[in-house]
Amino acid sequence: MRNPQLNSNGELTHLLTVEGLPRDILTHILDTAESFVPLADREIKKVPLLRGKSVFNLFFENSTRTRTTFEIAAKRLSADVYNLNISASSASKGESLLDTINNLSAMQADLFVVRHASSGAPHLIARHVAPHVHVINAGDGRHAHPTQGLLDMYTIRHYKKDFSQLTVAIVGDILHSRVARSDIHALTTLGVPEVRAIGPLTLLPSGLEQMGVRVFTNMAEGLKGVDVIIMLRLQNERMRGALLPSAQEYFKHYGLTQEKLALAKPDAIVMHPGPMNRGVEIDSSVADGKQAVILNQVTFGIAVRMAVMSIVAGA
Amino acid sequence: MTPTPPSLDAEALYVRLREAVRDLMATLPAGRTHLVGIHSGGSWIAERLHRDLGLPEAPGKLDISFYRDDFARIGLHPQVKPSAITFDVDDKHLVLIDDVLYTGRTIRAAMNELFDYGRPASIKLAVLVDRGGRELPVAADFAAATIELPPGRNLVLSRNGESFKIDFETLPPQEPQHA
Repeated sequence: MRNPQLNSNGELTHLLTVEGLPRDILTHILDTAESFVPLADREIKKVPLLRGKSVFNLFFENSTRTRTTFEIAAKRLSADVYNLNISASSASKGESLLDTINNLSAMQADLFVVRHASSGAPHLIARHVAPHVHVINAGDGRHAHPTQGLLDMYTIRHYKKDFSQLTVAIVGDILHSRVARSDIHALTTLGVPEVRAIGPLTLLPSGLEQMGVRVFTNMAEGLKGVDVIIMLRLQNERMRGALLPSAQEYFKHYGLTQEKLALAKPDAIVMHPGPMNRGVEIDSSVADGKQAVILNQVTFGIAVRMAVMSIVAGA
Repeated sequence: MTPTPPSLDAEALYVRLREAVRDLMATLPAGRTHLVGIHSGGSWIAERLHRDLGLPEAPGKLDISFYRDDFARIGLHPQVKPSAITFDVDDKHLVLIDDVLYTGRTIRAAMNELFDYGRPASIKLAVLVDRGGRELPVAADFAAATIELPPGRNLVLSRNGESFKIDFETLPPQEPQHA
């Protein structure tokens, strides 16, 4: 069966997940993003690529940062952007997902950016829309967050230049993290030789080893000699679900402090998809320290989302 | 316009272009005049002009992929390079350099992109070869050669170290053209 993200010419027409995408498509996205980065320094930060196109941000789940960066990206491509906070509208009145899509398609939508609490919702939409309409997954359930994965790859490539010699550690709640899943697939596809997952057993999914990931429950061991540390947000609700004793306990074992950071390579970079819980998964001195590239990730995220939108819209 | 010659001596054309650009720049205010090369051939020529003419400031580089008018038909160019205009464009005199002038669409796109950096005082255009076939009201201020080339034929500039070479190429049918 054909990858549902690719058209009959093998071009990326939807971005639903990083899983199964060939390396050349990932590299093309990163290369294209690199050409969008300098736009931020210009007097006029717009290019006319998506002039006349309508981009609908469909956020069935709240997210300020992701929605805003998609909105900025679409506007810098000269698209018209419509933000729909669906959780507060039709869905709560009982309208089905596909009925919502049909209605917006009748308003000449060209591109849907979808965030949904249910894994697979963007796939469902992509299968349903007309061939000239494109879908970008902005995070679905525990499944995938491909643009976050790609902006993480952009950030790593920006600082480390080459993937082929790197050791990358992903730390925290891997079990519930769509970011971790997208990162692992992207890192593996781009040829990173060693990907590590670090966290308490209760927050590590089974099957990581089969994905080629080395698993550590001891953070000090896991961080030894790594080039890149990707910290994940610890969602507060995990504490209530009896998966963890307390935030203080978690910080003691899996919070990134200066002492633990010193175990990584001296030039290691610290990443975080945001929003950060200071004092839970990361110490403030690390979050604000010189090895942190967390705010640069946000800036690169705009260029990466511009690249993804312009590539799918041109397919 | 002369008929298609059997070959074009790119080095001889470059020398003519270099002298023309030297003369052109002498008429423009020093310190407020900059070269801008269009990726990729135009950038190579602009880089070499910068060295050969001993110009103080590095030339600007434009990749017009984000400004092409055929995006809706053929999508994004597979290999976009970043544009790099490191000087302030406002009130500057720009000499736009390209290898081949054809439909004029690239030049339109390049001018649109330049205006997103600022408002230049003037823009001149100097090319190695004007091959005819214009689809827009665009003209070069200087072309080192002016020839007639039928659609479906293309000119390709390559460089080996410092020196340039121009080859004729026959395009496969219906290949989108954008020179």
